[in-house]
Amino acid sequence: MRDLLRRPVWPLVALLLLNLAVMPSFFAVRLQDGRLYGSLIDILHNGAPLALAALGMTLVIATRGIDLSVGTVVAISGAVACTWIASSPDPASPGTALTGIGLALALAAALGAWNGFLVARLGIQPIIATLVLMTAGRGLAQLVTDGQIITVNNGFFAGISGSALLAVPLTVVVAAAVYALVALVTRRTALGTLVEAVGINPEASRLAGVRSQSIVWTVYVFAALCAAVAGLMISSNVNAADANNAGLWLELDAILAVVIGGTSLAGGRYSIAGTLLGALTIQTLTTTIYSVGIPPEVSLVFKALVVILVFLAQAPKVRALMRRRRRRRDDAPPPAATAVPAETAGSGR
Amino acid sequence: MDRSALVEMTGISVAFGPVQALQSVDLRLHPGEVHALMGENGAGKSTLIKTLTGVHPVDAGEIRVRGEPVAFAGPAAAQAAGISTVYQEVNLCPNLSVGENLLLGREPRRAGRIDWRGVRRRAAEVLGRLHLDVDPSSPLGAHSIALQQLVAIARAVEVEARVLVLDEPTSSLDASEVAELFRVVRRLRESGVAILFVSHFIEQVFEISDRMTVLRNGRLVGEYATADISRRQLVSAMVGRELEVLEQLDRAPAEPAADAEPPVLAATGLGRRGAIEPVDLAVRPGEVVGLAGLLGSGRTELARLLFGADRADTGELTVGGRPVRLRTPRAAIDAGIAFSPEDRKAEGVVADLSVRANIVLAMQASRGWMRRIPRRKQDELARRWIELLDIRPADPDALLGNLSGGNQQKVLLARWLITQPRLLILDEPTRGIDVGAKAQIQALVAEQAREGTAVVFISAELDEVVRLSDRVLVLRDRRPVAQLAGEDVELDRVMELIATGGGARA
Repeated sequence: MRDLLRRPVWPLVALLLLNLAVMPSFFAVRLQDGRLYGSLIDILHNGAPLALAALGMTLVIATRGIDLSVGTVVAISGAVACTWIASSPDPASPGTALTGIGLALALAAALGAWNGFLVARLGIQPIIATLVLMTAGRGLAQLVTDGQIITVNNGFFAGISGSALLAVPLTVVVAAAVYALVALVTRRTALGTLVEAVGINPEASRLAGVRSQSIVWTVYVFAALCAAVAGLMISSNVNAADANNAGLWLELDAILAVVIGGTSLAGGRYSIAGTLLGALTIQTLTTTIYSVGIPPEVSLVFKALVVILVFLAQAPKVRALMRRRRRRRDDAPPPAATAVPAETAGSGR
Repeated sequence: MDRSALVEMTGISVAFGPVQALQSVDLRLHPGEVHALMGENGAGKSTLIKTLTGVHPVDAGEIRVRGEPVAFAGPAAAQAAGISTVYQEVNLCPNLSVGENLLLGREPRRAGRIDWRGVRRRAAEVLGRLHLDVDPSSPLGAHSIALQQLVAIARAVEVEARVLVLDEPTSSLDASEVAELFRVVRRLRESGVAILFVSHFIEQVFEISDRMTVLRNGRLVGEYATADISRRQLVSAMVGRELEVLEQLDRAPAEPAADAEPPVLAATGLGRRGAIEPVDLAVRPGEVVGLAGLLGSGRTELARLLFGADRADTGELTVGGRPVRLRTPRAAIDAGIAFSPEDRKAEGVVADLSVRANIVLAMQASRGWMRRIPRRKQDELARRWIELLDIRPADPDALLGNLSGGNQQKVLLARWLITQPRLLILDEPTRGIDVGAKAQIQALVAEQAREGTAVVFISAELDEVVRLSDRVLVLRDRRPVAQLAGEDVELDRVMELIATGGGARA
């Protein structure tokens, strides 16, 4: 029980069980037209953009940074791809869609490099540096779309979120592939350790010869690329680019996912698996709000309550309190590591 | 029970996870006595202090104050019981005035507002009692570290402290400042305060303490009256083994033929405005060059220039005869230079990574992130160096932040030695670490030099510099004063040069 509480699995499990109680068919998955359908599949499908954004955020946070521009990059990437497709002479061809996607990714990489430049090169505090793009970038997206919602009708582009690979939605496949790739790269190379070293003690890392600047630079570019892919998924889902609302506040959900996953905002040690759990938890929470039928006007309050509950349960002080209560209930006090009372202190001898 | 003891700790045990930090340790403090707590790094001194001051709860054992058993829920509870602590680093606010710092959080109030006149009066009173001549309204940051330390002590005793814990109060003070501190400590002793004094400086302990308790590996070795114990006995009680490691390191001077070889590193007119005036320095293979000088003399600044940690704005550097520009530490590392910085915690230790990861960090960094050192190789390196340098605990998976200062230093040395540098720059590698580890590190430096590594050695302890170095560059007020070689490398000469700058000689 204690282990379960320490790991961030239980909120997800609890939410899923709540859904099951409300709707017994919640876990049902069916195959239709070569694609899987069901509430669980929806959670994965709808959660893919957040999971990707949170993955990029994890590495940024591990280097002691933060990236507030994630949501904006989502909007920009959708805007660039859709505008390119809509304004091209051949708006339905796969080639046009591919070029648009390529443009969106390239621009996102450039924006990530800009963030990296401000943080790594100029030494501006990450929260300020990325705030610049967070606010200015929405303007950029509106400039691209000319303030309009751009709708596209391109089968290839729609396929990003609409098609399936071996019955699994492509969004889920892509997100899973990126997670697997990052897990592999950080484990098989020294990147993971060096990212952590830079996050834990930047100056010591520099003096040990770690190329901190390029590592920091890399993670911001990677975070922007993740956000861009998320943006393509989101705009493909609705076949439109909404510069004002696409990815709005996504960076905050991404940060929340990272924190629920157990990565400290102070940087250093991080957990990719934890972030994935965090993202799925947040998405499941959103789904729960609909499935349990929580009125929309209190949905944010409900979300806030769940988040507070999760953090309280993870807080060391609360955990210590619960341990002590459990021990008292068990009526068999083992040598206490944290308790001071004189009666337990005497029992150790 | 001892009637006269003010504080009596018996059978104190504390464990951090699987690590038993203290095992059944006793400590008694008497009013009007200075009691020294001695032990190597990792012996459990800090843990014991922290149980006394309410920072750590005890797992077993009893603390009595004036005969009454107590269980402190936190530092505030300990303070309320009359136990005050002054830590090594001054924990005050440099931007506030001396008086505000003295009374922070307990300012005299009048009608709910702070009575500033009362603050000044009370502060002057407290300072006067310790015979400290300071203006209470001057900003704390304007004063020397030594004086800030004394203000911290004054703050600690302002609350009618019956017990004062001084944790390494002298580590950043010079001789006259230490004398001033001791004057205050003696005054407090006369007024009946029980003082617990922790220091690595054996001479100071013998000068100030009446009684001492020695810990080793978390266990009590014994309690001694200072008058009854010799320095040698004390050291062997702390180290727990015969002192072969401490025997004089007889270093044969570097081969005279070394002149023929090009220096590993040669600096001509190397300097940086505001940090260090231009310096000429050459280090040959197998040679130990000491940098001697007081704190702030420019010794650290010079070392940082040699490593590219800061950029020089004048002068030239050659490595192995070829001119180089060290714009980053990375460039210096690629040229075969290693640097163990003075401020271990801020610039060396990656606390939340394992000992293994810390040991291979520099090697991994120079290979680049793509070419990870295979896990088996990492394990092998970590195991070998843990054994070679006697790093404790001998666990490659332990987080470096959980090791004691001396063991952290050894890990940092291992980090560089596995890269097989041609030049090893060591800035205060033995500061704040215990006798045993110190001797091991000195022996290691001598051995590296014997194997042909060039070494630049910096230490505030001049006898250490003199003992290890073939040549000594003396620095004073950010300027090179003289270079001594051969017979001239002698403690008195170095001290005289530091004191007078060589001007008063002849």
